[in-house]
Amino acid sequence: MDGLVIDNVSMVFTLPNGGQVHALEDVSLHLKPGELMAVLGPSGCGKTTLLNIVGGFLAPTAGQALLNGHQVTGPHKERGVVFQQGALFEWMTVAQNVSFGPRMCGVPRAEIKQTVRRLLDTVALRDFADKPVYQLSGGMQQRVALARCLANDPDVILMDEPLGALDALTREKMQGLVLKLWKETGKTIILITHSVEEALFLGERLVVMAPRPGRIHKEYALPFAEQGVGGDARSIKAQPDFIAAREEILSMIWEMEEEIMSGADMG
Amino acid sequence: MAKRKQPPRWGVWLGIADNSFTRQKTVKFGDASAVNSGRLWSVLTLIILILAWWIATIGGIIDPLFWPPLEGSLYPWDNPNRARPGVVDRFVSLFVDGYRNISLWEHVGTSVKRVLLGVVIGALVGIPLGFAMGLNSVARGLFDPIVEFIRPIPPLALIPLVILWLGIDEVAKIFLLFLAALFIMLIAARAGVNSVQISKVHAAYSLGASKFQVLRYVILPNALPEIFTGLRTSMGVCWGTLVAAELVAADQGVGSMMMIAKNFLQTDVVVIGIIIIGAIGFAIEIFMRMLEAWLIPWKGKG
Repeated sequence: MDGLVIDNVSMVFTLPNGGQVHALEDVSLHLKPGELMAVLGPSGCGKTTLLNIVGGFLAPTAGQALLNGHQVTGPHKERGVVFQQGALFEWMTVAQNVSFGPRMCGVPRAEIKQTVRRLLDTVALRDFADKPVYQLSGGMQQRVALARCLANDPDVILMDEPLGALDALTREKMQGLVLKLWKETGKTIILITHSVEEALFLGERLVVMAPRPGRIHKEYALPFAEQGVGGDARSIKAQPDFIAAREEILSMIWEMEEEIMSGADMG
Repeated sequence: MAKRKQPPRWGVWLGIADNSFTRQKTVKFGDASAVNSGRLWSVLTLIILILAWWIATIGGIIDPLFWPPLEGSLYPWDNPNRARPGVVDRFVSLFVDGYRNISLWEHVGTSVKRVLLGVVIGALVGIPLGFAMGLNSVARGLFDPIVEFIRPIPPLALIPLVILWLGIDEVAKIFLLFLAALFIMLIAARAGVNSVQISKVHAAYSLGASKFQVLRYVILPNALPEIFTGLRTSMGVCWGTLVAAELVAADQGVGSMMMIAKNFLQTDVVVIGIIIIGAIGFAIEIFMRMLEAWLIPWKGKG
């Protein structure tokens, strides 16, 4: 089967003290090539665990993840990852970070040079190629991370709260960039977020997860990402149906949080 | 709006007036960064120390055996026929003629060379071992007991054994310093490996890096700041250990120079030795800091 298949994945963590945490239970999803899926849920719902399994950093207790028909057993350049922050190599310049993947894979120099120039243009960082990454602002650093991930031309891009550490204004701009890159490159993207608005705006598909054990609670198909490509983010987010969806999901998550709180009280 | 009066530049330089950074702060007590340098008082301390030295040894108030006079010829009431060289004269003569047929530079150079050799060999062995212990369970298991056992032993306590094994020649001293540096470097390298953020390693693997490439391009540069701190520490420790070792047994080096001088009751040479040891230790620290700023500009910015 083409695309990314998450097939009945369960994850039970064993703690050092012998206790167990049921992080995921029977999660199944199928992403067709070129789909953008946002994953939303309260903290502790296992969304990052799910991403780590697809990324190949964790082996699920049961079930499996498959990309284009073969099982995910470890990290691979076919699945690029953008982390929340701090995953850039601060001892390298912007260009060296972006070229890291192709360099490791032995791509010819001239080709790497071209790729880096093209990607730095895409993320509007051309003038910063030779700057060390620690001199860049948080938003610029995440643009470097996006470019670095794209340099390897992966089939799937996994984003773990990529905009979570940014201020509201930068975040909004970056959402536009994510949409633009998605449309231009046609990549399959899974984006983990804890922002309802971001999930609604970016997710062509939106999966809301529930905690304890982590599972899929509800799935939506949304029109906003499609409108957001080249469109005006603010006016889309002000639409009545956007606001209605936002309120619905917010109260859904609110209820889950309440449940967790009362559960914690009793426990 | 009334412009605030600028403090005089000489006041800022002397560290007694607020500079442009500390001036904007209203809370100063408790904010260490808002404390002026007080350079004036540092200069004053130096002057007082030198004055105290001068006064204390005037006309032999303090027996030169316990503390040498600063400058013999400063005391006009002294008997001109009786030579009473002071530290300054002695320093000049050490500088020009050397000590016991060996020039001062040779003494200092010998000591510095021993430290550098000890640290370099210690680093060459310790860093790979530390990496192995951070990355591989066999290496960790094999070396952990040794490291944990030797770590709390001060290098000086190994001197008797080293003398029994290797005698008192050059090899013995460098071996002692090697041991001192080895464990510091090993622990630093291991800490450097442990400090790598797992997301960086994950990112590298996801970008197609092999294990070796992750080691070379992620773990090694990530560990460099810790390794450098280890180098600085082992330089300091080795310098201290060496001087002590030279005091025990050596015919060259700053420590041995002091020990020989002690036998001839030449307190002035002993004091000069102490000053040289302090100055070189300080110079090593400054040099390492500059090297660090130049080589690892990303330190603390990850």
